[in-house]
Amino acid sequence: MSHKLSHLEQLESEAIFIFREAVEQFENPVILFSGGKDSITLVHLAHKAFFPAKIPFPLLHIDTGHNFPETLEFRDELAKRYNVKLDIGYVQDSINRGTAVEEKGLNPSRNTLQSITLLEKLEEGKYDAAFGGGRRDEEKARAKERFFSHRDEFGQWDPKNQRPELWNLFNGKKAQGESFRVFPISNWTEMDVWQYIKKENIALPSIYFSHERSIVNRGGVLLAESPYNTLLPGEKYEKQIIRYRTLGCMTITGAIYSDADTLDKVIEEVAAARETERGNRADDKRSEAAMEDRKKQGYF
Amino acid sequence: METNGYLDMDLLRFTTAGSVDDGKSTLIGRLMYDTKSIFEDQLQAIEKSSEKRGDENLNLALLTDGLKAEREQGITIDVAYRYFATPKRKFIIADTPGHIQYTRNMVTGASTANLAIILIDARNGMIEQTCRHSFIASLLGIKHIVVCVNKMDLVNFSEESFEKIKASYIDFSKTLNVPDIHFIPISALKGDNVVDASKSMSWYTGSTLLQTLENVQIISDFNFTDARFPVQRVIRPQSDLYPDFRGFAGRVEGGIFRPGDEVTVLPSGISTKIKAIYQEKVELKEAFSPMSVCITLENNIDISRGDMLVKSDNQPKVDQEVELMLCWLNDKKMTPKGKYLLKHTSNEAKCVVKEVAYKVDINNLNKIEGDFEVSKNDIVKITLKSAKPLFFDSYKKNRTTGCLILIDEFSNETVAAGMIL
Ligand SMILES: Nc1nc2c(ncn2[C@@H]2O[C@H](COP(=O)(O)OP(=O)(O)O)[C@@H](O)[C@H]2O)c(=O)[nH]1
Ligand SMILES: [Mg+2]
Repeated sequence: MSHKLSHLEQLESEAIFIFREAVEQFENPVILFSGGKDSITLVHLAHKAFFPAKIPFPLLHIDTGHNFPETLEFRDELAKRYNVKLDIGYVQDSINRGTAVEEKGLNPSRNTLQSITLLEKLEEGKYDAAFGGGRRDEEKARAKERFFSHRDEFGQWDPKNQRPELWNLFNGKKAQGESFRVFPISNWTEMDVWQYIKKENIALPSIYFSHERSIVNRGGVLLAESPYNTLLPGEKYEKQIIRYRTLGCMTITGAIYSDADTLDKVIEEVAAARETERGNRADDKRSEAAMEDRKKQGYF
Repeated sequence: METNGYLDMDLLRFTTAGSVDDGKSTLIGRLMYDTKSIFEDQLQAIEKSSEKRGDENLNLALLTDGLKAEREQGITIDVAYRYFATPKRKFIIADTPGHIQYTRNMVTGASTANLAIILIDARNGMIEQTCRHSFIASLLGIKHIVVCVNKMDLVNFSEESFEKIKASYIDFSKTLNVPDIHFIPISALKGDNVVDASKSMSWYTGSTLLQTLENVQIISDFNFTDARFPVQRVIRPQSDLYPDFRGFAGRVEGGIFRPGDEVTVLPSGISTKIKAIYQEKVELKEAFSPMSVCITLENNIDISRGDMLVKSDNQPKVDQEVELMLCWLNDKKMTPKGKYLLKHTSNEAKCVVKEVAYKVDINNLNKIEGDFEVSKNDIVKITLKSAKPLFFDSYKKNRTTGCLILIDEFSNETVAAGMIL
């Protein structure tokens, strides 16, 4: 027998190690569940980390109210399948309370408002650690993120003042009111996630695969028809064969033209892809430092 | 070896070191660019930034210089992790800044690396920083160093320049504890010998940097002899399906464990046998490093987080006093005879700095004795006394059971990293 682990086996082992470590070091952790493939993979890994016990923490979903219906359906089914508690924070509640203010304009995005609802929910649930599916390869600002990422009592990230992280020794010590974000799949790339999904046969929401949908092409971003999107003068919806590489709000998540209707075809497409997955999200394009600025404010 | 493509790819973690402007960021950008790991939109973004800065060429360094502050100042200020893959291997790069005051970053990046790339500017040859970085790599237990003599284009691709630098490094490296050292003449800017063989240096017949990274043998760096299993968590479902299940979750940090093996539990010293080893539902015939598994035992013994399972015939040292090399990481100086919290495997204990023997001048490895303060980026030899026994190996023997960190209990910050002697 060869005593060598493949890259996926090593990444899996590392993620499981992080989950177990965090559960021991924090009192009340939670998985931040976005509904996308990364957080679905996280739930799968958490299940493996604690089996045959069930996942010892709930899922937290921040619902912008602008989600794809397929995402919500899948979320509820997944929570049932793993027998895990699902906590939901509604951006609409924050808007009603007046703690969040809807963007002005014709097609407001609630993406930035998510941070507000998230911080409110973390405080309300007294969650002291939130697992996220963030990967360091996703975006420049994430490349320096730690596995255990410290947040001050306002939920803010200070990139200049991160704790050094050495070997596999993770320091989750914190003062009252402070919290952590924990990223078990920090070292995975988009390709690793897809390969792992195939290896482990993990179920995904249908919209990751090619399907027909009514969309409008707005400045290169293919936006789905939805009650949250108002057409600009001259625009019209058209039926197209598309799929999604990431899942977020319907108002900002762009589809890609694709006929990849199986996992193998998706992986082939990812391998040949010429744009990073965040490239088709309207929010990161706003400025080059967009992600870093949002992270500082408490965004994942 | 399986032929099934990506499922059998290997993983290599490496770190890059060099002083400011030696070309680290450019080199990493080059590796990613030439292995087609850069996407169209990332490329567009750096093209735009290059233009804005008034750079002459496409500035590949901008790919890795991630945070706003450093983009503005044009320097790397914290460890950044980068990824690329070839059909053979996935690579994780810890890009560490070269500034003198950033020893702590290099120590951090090197702590998880299998290999270190040390950059030398062909015009300058070996400098103090080169010694410093090599020493840190050696101290952190890195077994493979690739010395890249960069900016060969600025010395007319001269073989003589390269050979001179190589000879002086070989001479210096006798003081190091690194068994495998490679030398490659490159131009990160032009791409020579990074991914593609150089057309301007036909005198060099060795591997390119990428070939070297793909082929370095790292399997023998893992310890398959000394079986160590720090318990992270006790798994007790207490469910209808598993009413009496009691498993010990953790990661194998050395050696090989098999069902039926006689193991001793530390610190209690009680012995029993391994009943089964699980990865989720799958029962394994054996588990080795770095597998995360769940182990069940024949007898019902009281075991908790921080305990360690070891093979009864090969046990680690058990002691409350440890001698170690320590790198101080924090702005706040070490408190003489100070009390700290230490983390070692899944164990945690209060400890006190009993003695500081000497400081190492990391430019020449000389010992500095006498009175001194221990401040950020210092490397010192100390003795710690822990409030409870630790189970450990020397760092040389096992990088996981031989390392620890110190935490300041007031600020909660990680203030030091230690390697047990
Ligand atoms: N001529 C030449 N210049 C280089 C080479 N590699 C890097 N440089 C330049 O050296 C400067 C510093 O490079 P950078 O990658 O930022 O260095 P770092 O500080 O080590 O990350 C930049 O102006 C690069 O364009 C090379 O091989 N040849
Ligand atoms: Mg740099």
